[in-house]
Amino acid sequence: MHAATTHLNTPGQAASAGGDAGARRRPRPMTSLRKITSVELKLVLREPLTLVFSFAFPVVLLFVMGEVFGQSTGDPGEVVFRDFGAMDYYVPGYLALVAVAFAMISLPTHLAAYRERGVLRRLHASGVRGRQILASQTLVGVALTTVGAVLVTVLGMLVYDVRGPAAPLSVILIYLLSTLCFMALGCLLGALIPRARAAQGIGLILFFVMMFVSGTAPPVEVMSGVMLDIGKALPLYHAATALQDAWNGLGVNWTEVGILAGITMGALALTARLFRWD
Amino acid sequence: MQPARNGGTVINVEGLRKTYGRLAAVDGIDFSVRRGEIFGLLGPNGAGKTTAVECIQGLRPFDAGSVDVVGLDPRTQADELRQRIGCQLQQSALPDNIRVWEALDMFASLYGSPVDWRRLIDQWGLAEKRTARFHSLSGGQKQRLFVALALVNDPEVVFLDEMTTGLDPAARRVAWSLVEELREQGTTVVLVTHFMDEAERLCDRIAVVEGGHIVANDTPMGLVSSSGGGIRAVFGCDPAADLAFLTAVPGVGEVRRGGRRVEVAGDGPHVALVAHDLAPEDFRVQQPSLEDAFLRLTGHGMEE
Repeated sequence: MHAATTHLNTPGQAASAGGDAGARRRPRPMTSLRKITSVELKLVLREPLTLVFSFAFPVVLLFVMGEVFGQSTGDPGEVVFRDFGAMDYYVPGYLALVAVAFAMISLPTHLAAYRERGVLRRLHASGVRGRQILASQTLVGVALTTVGAVLVTVLGMLVYDVRGPAAPLSVILIYLLSTLCFMALGCLLGALIPRARAAQGIGLILFFVMMFVSGTAPPVEVMSGVMLDIGKALPLYHAATALQDAWNGLGVNWTEVGILAGITMGALALTARLFRWD
Repeated sequence: MQPARNGGTVINVEGLRKTYGRLAAVDGIDFSVRRGEIFGLLGPNGAGKTTAVECIQGLRPFDAGSVDVVGLDPRTQADELRQRIGCQLQQSALPDNIRVWEALDMFASLYGSPVDWRRLIDQWGLAEKRTARFHSLSGGQKQRLFVALALVNDPEVVFLDEMTTGLDPAARRVAWSLVEELREQGTTVVLVTHFMDEAERLCDRIAVVEGGHIVANDTPMGLVSSSGGGIRAVFGCDPAADLAFLTAVPGVGEVRRGGRRVEVAGDGPHVALVAHDLAPEDFRVQQPSLEDAFLRLTGHGMEE
């Protein structure tokens, strides 16, 4: 099995004999990023728990809310679900919720585990840049949660009579901005929290808090003032609102888009400062 | 700064110092490594060996001193340096579910001039494990994979930090033969270890590290002959017997007794004279080992 006795003939001999600094080519960062991302994507597809959380959870949520509310608009004279049909209200929010689940729970836990186990050290020693790590995690997150978002959209339209988005391009762009925003926050958590178990716990709490105060579980009209205040301090509320608006024909909500962009930039800047290899 | 050449100096370290608060983990060390040799840093855990090599590899900033690796300064040229050195880190891992070939393929993509990793898989005995996931590998297989990863950029110097810690004796021997293969290929190796037998077997030269200092730096033979103490004659004898006459034998240094065991230290020829005078049946001669040299140099063994 082991080739201890084989006499080796490697290109290293010729190269190292001549002081070969000039013969070496520069690394190609984009090629590396593509490779790291494709490996990370394969790795996440080998994690059943992450897949369940990313795909099954939103579908279950869609099923529950769909069965309970259908396209109800509440009692006569009462405004709930922002006066949209219940499912026209929930489905756009779920697009963001799927991304939040991955970004708050899977991504930080993954990064912290990489740090804890020395995977980051190993990659760093081979010249991987911090931004390559974060970009690959973000790309994997966007790819995975987009599948979940499409799943929720298609099922919602087929089963619960959700209308198609009024402005598909706006919805897609706001969706991407929201997802980027959550991934940036996930990277920040992954940079801040040293241990995987802590990251998982904190991520789960953040996820559930966001879900319940952002109008993605109880509709905004039934939430108390305090709940709404907390919701507005967190990004999911703004993502859900912007997506609901674009989806239901209210156009692009530039205030919410601005807030999401601001949070994204802040998170990226902080992550760049706080990221640690070990 | 001289570019490193064949037979020349590949690593030059002068006055390297790294402190954490008031504690100096590395307290002014100097050494140089010549191209093609296996250079060992031997010392107990916590002696500062790992910190020193991490500074040298550009993985850790340091407070004072100058370091030159293949003509590069790890403080300002770390990116270029990483392209030209290989390393196996003491505490590192790969993702549990990554396959052997995927790891090699990914690490190869990080370098501008990688070697063909398919050949590394064959060379390092990983062909059968090509599609195995990292977590399913044995300790020895993981170590072979790490060495293969360290070689994927065809490095001029390879740093191996405690490569056999946690391996069973059979896997350790396999790991040693890997390092010997590296030497045959002409790769310069810096080997960090706290195992005497490993350093003695593999290293061309050894720096003994203790409390952030290098207390000796020589070939294994040189360390043993300068610091190992003399050859010892060991035999059994009635505890009541009077052996005072031994100290008068030419060349005899020290006579130590414990129960029936008698140990007579001294310069080479004394052994024959002692044996001649006593002619005991269980007479043995003990050569000093690297461990003896280490004990004398540091005043204690590895366990402290």
